[in-house]
Amino acid sequence: MNLTLRIWRQPGPDAGGSMVTYQVSDVSPDMSFLEVLDVLNERLIRAGEQPVAFDHDCREGICGSCAMVINGRPHGPEQTTTTCQLHLRSFRDGDVIDVEPWRARPFPVIKDLVVDRSAFDRIISSGGYITSPTGSAPEAHSILVPKPVADLAFENATCIGCGACVAACPNGSAMLFTAAKVAHLNSLPQGQPERESRVLSMVATMDAEGFGGCTNTGECAAACPKGIPLSSIANLNREYLHALRAGRA
Amino acid sequence: MAVRALWDSTIGKKTVMAVTGLMMVAFLFLHMLGNLKIFFGATDFNAYAAWLRTIGEPFLHFTWYLWIQRVVLAVALVLHIVSAWQLSRRDRRARPVKYAHGLRPQASFATHTMRWGGVIIAVFLIWHLLDLTVGAVNPNFVPGKPYQAVVADFQVWWINIVYIIGVVMVGLHINHGFWSAAQTLGVNRPVRDVAIRATGTTVALLITLGFLTVPIGVMTGLVH
Ligand code: SF4
Ligand code: FES
Repeated sequence: MNLTLRIWRQPGPDAGGSMVTYQVSDVSPDMSFLEVLDVLNERLIRAGEQPVAFDHDCREGICGSCAMVINGRPHGPEQTTTTCQLHLRSFRDGDVIDVEPWRARPFPVIKDLVVDRSAFDRIISSGGYITSPTGSAPEAHSILVPKPVADLAFENATCIGCGACVAACPNGSAMLFTAAKVAHLNSLPQGQPERESRVLSMVATMDAEGFGGCTNTGECAAACPKGIPLSSIANLNREYLHALRAGRA
Repeated sequence: MAVRALWDSTIGKKTVMAVTGLMMVAFLFLHMLGNLKIFFGATDFNAYAAWLRTIGEPFLHFTWYLWIQRVVLAVALVLHIVSAWQLSRRDRRARPVKYAHGLRPQASFATHTMRWGGVIIAVFLIWHLLDLTVGAVNPNFVPGKPYQAVVADFQVWWINIVYIIGVVMVGLHINHGFWSAAQTLGVNRPVRDVAIRATGTTVALLITLGFLTVPIGVMTGLVH
């Protein structure tokens, strides 16, 4: 396959950037999208140019590093698929593909496609945990969790913190991410003691970091590689209003 | 404390928008039903308008109920607009750089038009109040005779167009807004999602069509 890649190049956080066009030829449809960038980077390095900086780690869809917007969609055109799991067979020979970094004020560009997602870490550190020591995985029968609750918690626990929801949202909102964490922890028995304080302080941090509000357009859930549903946001709102009523603000 | 926290958070402001929006939807529904009385003729319609001023009597004085309702709705409207304004500014700040390859696969027309549609509705509302409540821009306005003012209004082609556009914008706004309010208030759940969307669309359609029957009635000569 031959492809034309138009990639956002930006040398540093405060430098200006622009879309730069690269041709890649003779790539296999079985290659992942990141492997194409590897091929391009090897060529750039050989030519003495700066390689395209991009985040990646596990390359198996579980770490959430591989953040890039491909043809206007975070993680590219396939549903519930991270960039590292996206293969060239999803494109056609001769395609022109635009590759851009996540765009949101709380995610400033560090270089090329790499953005600073530490705002997510600050949301997590403000309440995305349980304070009681849990040790190693407990015996499954020691704390009984009804199956629907376990399913709900598990579905939301699959969030890999990639930030595609923020990148897809026209308001740069982090509601889906925060909602996934709150739904995960607030539904389980271990999360109950901090149920109210967790949601209040995570939402306060989310707002303080400068993320936008939710306008219920649903772009986040459509872009999420883990299929976190919009209903998690309704759940977050419910938990938040419940906590306010409970007078924990 | 809780009220302050509510107003200061994005979720809180959305909650204010949801509650005030639903209040206005309820009012519009009753307003629309009342308008349909126009098909029973001038006497009925004008008597209905006069009755609105007597609601709550003798406990309330003449027109007091109407004024209470007006104040409540005005406060709701102001809160709705201020929240929307502040949230929109925050949203724009959060996304300063546009994508070179812009896509919004999920957004429907109604979703796209929430902000500008809201502004259009606000302008329409001001005109509508000046036209048929205060009568400042309506030469045929005589207090106590709304039937005559409405019929004279919809003889004019451009008034029909302004009114129809205004009402359709309101319908679109409710179509997204109703479901959005359910989502914001946390009453939406996966099993209810389809029902809530369908209810929102039905309410939006009923309100839009109900309001549209009046200019259509005048245009077709059914109401004269
Ligand atoms: S909710 Fe989905 S899109 Fe957002 S950070 Fe988690 S996995 Fe990524
Ligand atoms: S590199 Fe880990 S999810 Fe893509």
